[in-house]
Amino acid sequence: MTAPRVLIPVALGTNRDGDLADAFEAAGAQAERVPLEALRDGEHQLADFQILAVPGGFSYGDALGAGRLFGLDLVGWFGDQLRAAHEQQMPMIGICNGFQALVRAGLLPGDQPAVLTDNERGRFECRWVELGPEPGNDSIWLSDLDEPIRCPIAHAEGRFVAEAADALEARGGVALRYLVDGQPAEGSYPANPNGSARDIAGVTDPTGRVLGLMPHPENHVFARQDIQRSRRTGGQTLGLFAAAVRAVC
Amino acid sequence: MTDQWALVVGPGHRHDTDSSLLAAASLFGIDVAAITEHRLVHLRGTLDGDQLTRLADTLLIDPVGGWWKPAADLRHDAATVVETGLRPGVTDREGTELVRAAGQLGLDLDAATIGRRWVIEAGAAGGLDDATVAALAQRVLHNEVIERWSLDALPPGFVSDQPETPPTTIETVIGVDDDALLAISSRRRLGMNLVEMQAVRSHFADLGRDPTDAEMETIAQTWSEHCAHKTFRAAITVTDGEGNDLHQVDGLLKSYLRKATDTVDAPWVRSAFVDNAGIVAFDDEHDIALKAETHNHPSALEPFGGANTGVGGVVRDIIGVSAKPIAITDILCFGPSDLDPADLPDGVLHPRRIRDGVIAGIGDYGNKIGVPNVGGAIVYDPAYTTTPLVFAGCVGILPTGSHPTEPQPGDSIVVLGGAVGRDGVGGATFSSQTMQAETAEVAGSSVQIGDPIVEKGLIDVVMDARDAGLYTAITDCGAGGLSSSIGEMASELGADVDLDLVPRKYPGLAGWETWLSEAQERMVLAAPDPVPILALAHRWGIDGSVVGTFTGDGVLRVRQGDEAIVLIDCHFLHEGCPRHELTAVAQTTDAIDRADVAVDVEATTLALLAHPTVASKEATVRTYDHEIMGGTLVRPYGGAEGDGAGDGAATIPPGTSGDRAMVIGIGVNAVIGNHDAYAMAWHVVDEAVRNAVIAGADPAELSLLDNFAWGNPNDPETLGGLEAACRGCHDAALAFGAPFVSGKDSLYNVFVHPDGTADPVAPTLVLTAVGIAKSPEHIPVTGVLTPGDQVWLVGPAEGALRGSHLDLVLGADHGGSVPAPDPAAVDRHHQMAAAIASGLVVSAHDPAEGGLAVAAAEWALAGRLGLDLNLPPEPAVLFGEGPGRYLVEVAPEHADAFGAAVPSARRIGQVIEGDAVRIGDTTLTLPDIERAWKSP
Repeated sequence: MTAPRVLIPVALGTNRDGDLADAFEAAGAQAERVPLEALRDGEHQLADFQILAVPGGFSYGDALGAGRLFGLDLVGWFGDQLRAAHEQQMPMIGICNGFQALVRAGLLPGDQPAVLTDNERGRFECRWVELGPEPGNDSIWLSDLDEPIRCPIAHAEGRFVAEAADALEARGGVALRYLVDGQPAEGSYPANPNGSARDIAGVTDPTGRVLGLMPHPENHVFARQDIQRSRRTGGQTLGLFAAAVRAVC
Repeated sequence: MTDQWALVVGPGHRHDTDSSLLAAASLFGIDVAAITEHRLVHLRGTLDGDQLTRLADTLLIDPVGGWWKPAADLRHDAATVVETGLRPGVTDREGTELVRAAGQLGLDLDAATIGRRWVIEAGAAGGLDDATVAALAQRVLHNEVIERWSLDALPPGFVSDQPETPPTTIETVIGVDDDALLAISSRRRLGMNLVEMQAVRSHFADLGRDPTDAEMETIAQTWSEHCAHKTFRAAITVTDGEGNDLHQVDGLLKSYLRKATDTVDAPWVRSAFVDNAGIVAFDDEHDIALKAETHNHPSALEPFGGANTGVGGVVRDIIGVSAKPIAITDILCFGPSDLDPADLPDGVLHPRRIRDGVIAGIGDYGNKIGVPNVGGAIVYDPAYTTTPLVFAGCVGILPTGSHPTEPQPGDSIVVLGGAVGRDGVGGATFSSQTMQAETAEVAGSSVQIGDPIVEKGLIDVVMDARDAGLYTAITDCGAGGLSSSIGEMASELGADVDLDLVPRKYPGLAGWETWLSEAQERMVLAAPDPVPILALAHRWGIDGSVVGTFTGDGVLRVRQGDEAIVLIDCHFLHEGCPRHELTAVAQTTDAIDRADVAVDVEATTLALLAHPTVASKEATVRTYDHEIMGGTLVRPYGGAEGDGAGDGAATIPPGTSGDRAMVIGIGVNAVIGNHDAYAMAWHVVDEAVRNAVIAGADPAELSLLDNFAWGNPNDPETLGGLEAACRGCHDAALAFGAPFVSGKDSLYNVFVHPDGTADPVAPTLVLTAVGIAKSPEHIPVTGVLTPGDQVWLVGPAEGALRGSHLDLVLGADHGGSVPAPDPAAVDRHHQMAAAIASGLVVSAHDPAEGGLAVAAAEWALAGRLGLDLNLPPEPAVLFGEGPGRYLVEVAPEHADAFGAAVPSARRIGQVIEGDAVRIGDTTLTLPDIERAWKSP
């Protein structure tokens, strides 16, 4: 069986495309980084792929708010392809700037307005965080995660604000929350690094096929990447990518 | 019909008051309760009311909580308003993107700029008068080098507002006297001395014509200290200061730095000194490229932009040897952050503002270009108040032998990257002159701000072009612009350039301005066939153009329209600069007996931990992405809680096997050089090597980068120190068997006050050691790990106290000797590295600034465990600084093997449970240590 193909679209300023490709490759997929210009020129169609992974970075330098213009590109240039892929339940993931772009594009949370805005402390931060998969969320992306994962964040605009957070929780749309030593962070800094309400680090759309999260699971696929190397084991994230790859095989 | 609008966009859920602004205002004695930041958007285009609303709703506000209003309609009663915005022509990514996005929505917008409206609420003291608000605007809210401000509605700064400039002019040099020659150099800010101007006069007299403005600027840039390293190539007579010649130096570069490289003759060196960056072997299939740069003058004037483009420049140096950038380093030197504004000299930004701006600029560039910032240092000293220093380094990876360096006649000159404007015109000559109080006013155009996302695109284009073999030579476009990059590539072949093919941001640029523009984020390639490179550039969303050809006739020809504005023989341009002859007074060491000073061990250790140079920089490092690319093994901060100080950096380069890591160690010192620059060179080489060893490097295969920041080399005593430092670098490199592969000197770091008095910089040397960890799995962890493990000390217990941080904390120079060069330390590094590679070392830490007591405290805190150390309470033992020492954690079962592997090591204690750090009779606790070390 051939490895499933993952499309990693690259906007000007996208920069964690290589990291994301490495993670999907480690999970057994064939990942392809394709610039938006090439997609516009028809080099590939979204339908040629089995997974869409929108990577992190600073698309368009975060001009006019992180992810806004990347989201505008996705909707404006590839809206029909995206709708078709979504209807066919293509797994999609947006990480960091990719999450911001999918929120701007209206794909996440998918049923209400939301924004990823300035961190509570008002600045970019890079640090490791612990994330708990939400028990009530049955997204394919989380199906292999039976314990908390750990990975770095690296963002300035990651505070998640939804118009109706109660409704989001009620439908099981919260995917990942920030933890501290296995317990809810309860807004405490730095475990919840950006001040997101209800410690929300990631959400899924109503179909569960689209996941967005601010932290970077693509940077803890291997044990050697762990900042706690020699002090802790586990917490790796390969299962996140492997579950999606398996789901499309 | 075209109209203009000014809109204010509210913060919504955004972070609307930056506490650092309030702190900065308070520092200047301005009492404000709140400063709210709104975005101020100026638009020009053809839009009806509905379209304007659609544009603002779709592109400007947040969907939850956001709002916008016409600026004139938004009143702020009982508050004061300041509006700020970029000067026309300054790189404005947001404005550019807004126009592009409006086009995507089908809206007819032709110009946009985004500034700020600051709404200021007075503090308890009451109203703010105009003078106070002006002070706030000038010192806190904006920087006049790149921005404008107004208490009323700020007029939009659209780029097309640029005034027209005159056509090419001729500078009369033939037949004029020496004073007139110097007047030309001064008026054009060429930074050329009389001998150089005479050489120009003579050359053009032979040609029988006067030079154009473009030719004068081209020569000045090519011959600038920044590009030609005249001081490092000068013939130097070293005297004893009393009229007796001691010895001659046939160029510092040739006699010391390059000579060390030639003598060491390391087999792993692929390329040293000749290219944008050094290149050394990494494994059988890959090389690494390394370079460190300085960007001091621009950072002093516009800290964010200066540091920002400093990172951008050194990353381009790496791209310029066909390597993929994989790690950034930064070493920063600032004046005291708590300096009383009353003591701030005129024409100088406050050190706190410089610090905040520089750090933000470095973070912005590295984070956006997507290269991890893996290490560095911040040094605070009053000597840096008027001359702050910014060193930025970069390492890259490339397949062995994949960097082509031979352009061919007939190759096209391809420029990749953005359009040019008046950005940084004159930067190369500017950075080679001393700064004066009025420099900020006249040098405005010498500073630019970067656009890192374009440089990220350049990396993608160049890597693809390299792998496809599409070019024969490449260089970056930095100081001096096309004049420098094309000029260097064409130094033997010659080139024919048509400036009409160079994309410009706005009309009205003089030919020489287009030719010398330092618009950032550009690379120049020589390509037999430019078409596939331009196609790659289009694919990655990067602009590219062909601007001429390499000819083979040895003449640099630059045309604008029908006019040749530069027609210079390449040999004269590159070889015609008269060699400088300089005199140095030999530096004499000033060791004196150490005064007997009583020292309280606990209080002194805590005071050292709180010294700004020693204290934790975690808050800064957290604003840099050190994880991107997923290869980072040793971070700047690690340990049990992620807040412990690491030594050195290690990362697995993307695309390599994972069996090896690239390692970086850094040494820097700002104090010892005032006493003994020769010893300082040894000291910083040793520190860089120690850090590299702890991060897993094999010291038998290290490569070095040197960065000097010195004062005016025409001052014989200043030059004497520089000569001693270079000699020390040479001798240390030989002792360590480590070649220099690249470097950068920054001279003329002198600030001249309005009254004519001068502050020279603290002579500063930064050494970067880059190597390879062949057993990454055995790299010691950051912070102590296991109670019951033994603690060993490698090297002598005593260090030196002259120029130590102890004396900085005590507030006076109490004499003694600086750390003496110790060739025997080399063996200790090798033994230590062998023990690490054998898996005998659990954790290790480098006793550097502050000495053993500080190192022990940091190490224990990093592991959140106690230590019980048997050390005598002597200042030289606890606080002395010196070469070849390590604190090492060894598991009991490996103690015998470790002792055998490192004969100079001795056991001094153990790791214990709890939070007590016992050093002899003194006990410190982890909470006290943490409080001191993390104090602001």
